[in-house]
Amino acid sequence: MKIPSSQITPERMYLRRRELMLGIAGLAAGAAMPAAAGPAAVMPVRLIERLAYSRNARYSTTETATSFADATSYNNFYEFGTGKGDPAEQAHRLRPRPWSVAVDGECEAPGRLTLEDLLKPHPLEERIYRLRCVEAWSMVIPWIGFPLGELLRRFQPTSRAKYVEFTTLLDPRQMPGQRYPVLDWPYVEGLRIDEAMHPLALIAVGLYGETLPNQNGAPLRLVVPWKYGFKSCKSIVRIHFTERQPLTSWARSAPREYGFYANVNPAVDHPRWSQKRERRIGSGSLLSRQPTLPFNGYATEVAALYRGMDLARFF
Amino acid sequence: MAPSLRSLRRGLKPLVFLLCLAPALWLATGVLRPDWVALGANPVEKIQDTLGLWGLRLLLTTLTITPLRQLTGQVEWLAYRRMLGLFAFFYVASHLLFYVIVDQELAWAILLEDIAERPFITAGLAGFLLLVPLAATSTRRAQRRLGRRWQQLHRLVYAAAVLGCVHFWWQVKADIREPLAYSAVLVLLLAWRLKRRA
Repeated sequence: MKIPSSQITPERMYLRRRELMLGIAGLAAGAAMPAAAGPAAVMPVRLIERLAYSRNARYSTTETATSFADATSYNNFYEFGTGKGDPAEQAHRLRPRPWSVAVDGECEAPGRLTLEDLLKPHPLEERIYRLRCVEAWSMVIPWIGFPLGELLRRFQPTSRAKYVEFTTLLDPRQMPGQRYPVLDWPYVEGLRIDEAMHPLALIAVGLYGETLPNQNGAPLRLVVPWKYGFKSCKSIVRIHFTERQPLTSWARSAPREYGFYANVNPAVDHPRWSQKRERRIGSGSLLSRQPTLPFNGYATEVAALYRGMDLARFF
Repeated sequence: MAPSLRSLRRGLKPLVFLLCLAPALWLATGVLRPDWVALGANPVEKIQDTLGLWGLRLLLTTLTITPLRQLTGQVEWLAYRRMLGLFAFFYVASHLLFYVIVDQELAWAILLEDIAERPFITAGLAGFLLLVPLAATSTRRAQRRLGRRWQQLHRLVYAAAVLGCVHFWWQVKADIREPLAYSAVLVLLLAWRLKRRA
């Protein structure tokens, strides 16, 4: 007998069936479930959705993926608090549906798109990328998404669109970390247009085969694997094409420490951390340092973007 | 007047000892459990931060003894100061050893670079070095042998505490609320002493 694939319980859901049941029980009891369940708390059940996608082996590493639990409980997402566990604890406040994204600036086809309209034309693919944080730790994440360039082309950027700027949602009620001016909210990130059009630059809407958990930047985020993690803007509400290099949040907050480019580079140290090595999260050993690679191991693909540039100056 | 604190010493001292040891025991049980589940996704960072925080907390606690004595008029508080100070040293030293051995995996070139180029590490190391002679002269015998100089020497604890706060402050990326709170406590404790002397 042939069972249609839609009838098969996805492995991830199968493995997490107890969590799902707990989630349902928690909702039924009206309990403040994520707070009660601690850092490994699950998303409200209605938002966990198995995604349909194909695997992109060409752009995927064969390294062991970080566990789902680690990737969703150890996050830098200051909109929910500056502790690594804060996003998992606080992100249930975010409502990733309904969602819309404003597109403006130097393009022929600006507008405001609902999330559904934005996603509709793009077939999803899985790409297993290395993620290198500027704080010298790293993960391996199976993202689900589509190339950023394919999205941007739909808006027909003009010849004056030298850069593209991304903005995260600003709403202190949904994002309690924004009640304190730790950064100048909203969070702004940006890429040079050729970086944005590079096939490795991804818009992610999921990970591990499922809808993106809120603490990982739901409902859509950037993933730029050859740059430090902070470049990958989360919970995006605005895409702005511009002629001038955007003043990005961390560069504004500490220009000596964070540049616009922020390419992973073991030869250029951060004032507070050596960038020569990184700690791989969940490696199963306390001694988990490994060497950091130029462009996070994506030099073959992206080094040409920076030919002739002094990367120590444009860090 | 309240019941003499002295009569409670026999029961209180072991209790304070256990309280000071509790964070270390918590870390030890966390390390022993499979996959270090209690320590989260980055156990190295968790252990490192916990050791450092308790070092600073106990150092500041040590500095509350004199104001408490002066406020309450009871010298009994002094009975706990040595233990608190030695526990502060224990956590600070463990924090440093853990950083050298586990966090940096004895990579001496990187360690030297850290000390030379990263001001928060330079400050932290300097603070630790100031605590070494204090721990070494914490015995009653050393106290007697050094006489007046003992007290002068142990004023280094103020500099060590300042360096501890600076180390914490310079280490955070953007959110200074926590180091600010510790620094505020230190400023109060130092201001109290200055006011008493004036």
